[in-house]
Amino acid sequence: MPEQASSVVVENLVKRFGDFVAVDRIQLEVRKGEVFGFLGPNGAGKSTTIRMLCGLLKPSAGRAVVAGYDVARSPEAVRQNIGYMSQKFSLYNDLKVIENLRLFAGLYSVPARELPSRIAWALEMANLKGRENLITRTLPGGWKQRLALGCAVLHRPPIIFLDEPTSGVDPISRRQFWDLIHHMAEQGVTVFVTTHYMEEAEYCNRLALIFRGRIVALGTPAELKRDSMRGELLLVECESLGAAVEALQSAPQVTDAAVFGNALHLVVPDAAAAGPRVRQYLAERGIAVGRIEKIRATLEDVFVSVTTARDEEAFEA
Amino acid sequence: MTEPMRNGQESAIVVVGLTKSFPGVRAVDGLSFEVRGGEIFGLVGPDGAGKTTTLRMLAGIMKADAGDAWVAGCDVVRDPEGAKHALSYMPQRFGLYDDLTVDENIRFYADLFGVDGGERQARSTQLLKAAAMSEFRGRMASKLSGGMKQKLGLVCALIHRPRVILLDEPTTGVDPVSRRDFWRILYELVAEGVTILTSTAYLDEAERCHRVALVHQGRLLFCDTPANLKAKLSKDVLSVTSGEPRSVRSQLEGAEGISSLVLTGDGVHVVVDDAARRIPELETRLKSAGVPFDAVQRVAPTIEDLFVDAVAGGAAGNA
Repeated sequence: MPEQASSVVVENLVKRFGDFVAVDRIQLEVRKGEVFGFLGPNGAGKSTTIRMLCGLLKPSAGRAVVAGYDVARSPEAVRQNIGYMSQKFSLYNDLKVIENLRLFAGLYSVPARELPSRIAWALEMANLKGRENLITRTLPGGWKQRLALGCAVLHRPPIIFLDEPTSGVDPISRRQFWDLIHHMAEQGVTVFVTTHYMEEAEYCNRLALIFRGRIVALGTPAELKRDSMRGELLLVECESLGAAVEALQSAPQVTDAAVFGNALHLVVPDAAAAGPRVRQYLAERGIAVGRIEKIRATLEDVFVSVTTARDEEAFEA
Repeated sequence: MTEPMRNGQESAIVVVGLTKSFPGVRAVDGLSFEVRGGEIFGLVGPDGAGKTTTLRMLAGIMKADAGDAWVAGCDVVRDPEGAKHALSYMPQRFGLYDDLTVDENIRFYADLFGVDGGERQARSTQLLKAAAMSEFRGRMASKLSGGMKQKLGLVCALIHRPRVILLDEPTTGVDPVSRRDFWRILYELVAEGVTILTSTAYLDEAERCHRVALVHQGRLLFCDTPANLKAKLSKDVLSVTSGEPRSVRSQLEGAEGISSLVLTGDGVHVVVDDAARRIPELETRLKSAGVPFDAVQRVAPTIEDLFVDAVAGGAAGNA
């Protein structure tokens, strides 16, 4: 494998289906040993991009180099140098743990003489030693996931693609799984995660947000929360939440208002200035306001803010 | 058995000691909770917590082994069909017909529930508007995105104006923008006086409910408002932002007062016994080791912090 600092380099990558531009000149670079998150709503171009990066779909224009190989010219070499794991389709439930490992070793053409040591390594890594003969179906969710990861990395790929790897799993198993992922990254494996679960996105070193085929935000989770929100977030506790949201739709300084449990979340340009005004605005309309507090944006707030901003631009254009 | 009275407040759903076993597993284990009229109540827990089984028993389509349950005043354990007209149940895979349009699917469910002519028209117009789907009435269900399918499922499930709605993981696989639309519809329904019991595997979604029951392996861990739940955590949560989260973690491992260290993408999430005391200690420790970091901040605990703290002992043993 060619040695280099970047595991994935994407330059002006385009994919068209007829008149439809699914992926529109995207650029990104993923460094070796990085846990990189690729986020976007359904239909944003996420899977199309991944399929191109995995050598399964030919780009219409632009270039992508994965593990040192050009995806358009050497798709076969790309496929041999990546691992792929999706939470849903990875394992055969009726097979034993060891049988799943042997099956995937065969699929990835792991050489016979290396088979015992690779399987032993995968069992060790996935913490499944002594559980080789359990039927996969009977494993708790967290174990299944580690087994799926073990299967996906048996051929020791320098890059692994994970598709919503921990959705629906209990938080403790999820934390253990991400520890494992970060441990692999520490040893130089590059991890490319696609998801629209913000709980997973928090575990990535850097994130790219794709929307309508374009990358609309790129940075560490902290950078995105700091720089990509159009404004600040206010939590407002008040009576009659529904009426309050409706009234605030036309209030000056309020970009967005949504009910959130027993309170409202407002997006405002400046939280300190907007707080008292919101209180007065609602009071004038007969709505009593309790606590108003500036809160930290979550990645979900960022996601919604960035994508709705794009929607409005498209509408105004 | 008659429904217990609770200090005059009307309960839309009452669950007492509900239990259901399948071969080899007790899916629901003595579960008790109560949902008040007009609230959004979240049944929150990971896969395997017993959420779907509970909802099926409440919907009257699965028999309980033991325990009692009332939905809209009807004893659904003894009379599973009794609450049928008062409730609506939306399973994870709602039965939409792919080769029918949005409108035709709605008409089908309206017929099924005996909702006719004018009422059907008014109701579907209102619901489609709330779902931001008015322009898609003629579209085939097979051509809808995942988020839109979920919203159409909800519209169909609501066509007969049920008083109680049971939703099984309605937002699984739905992106954040559609998810927000979905929640907006739920809040509108609640404003009309409907009671909603919804399940989710995403602990962050619990924050959107008025009250939640946190469940794990068929048992109730906690039941309260999200704010009170978070206040239950007797520990403090710190966030250490750093470009080298791995070094931060290895440096903090074993430090006094820390009960949990979780690596995130750009820092470490730390649970400590006392923030005021530990922040300066941790800062000193990182500085003297030469580990770069931006800030050690106290942050609000999440429901996930509470969940992990509550079940960590047991789960750590079998990992």
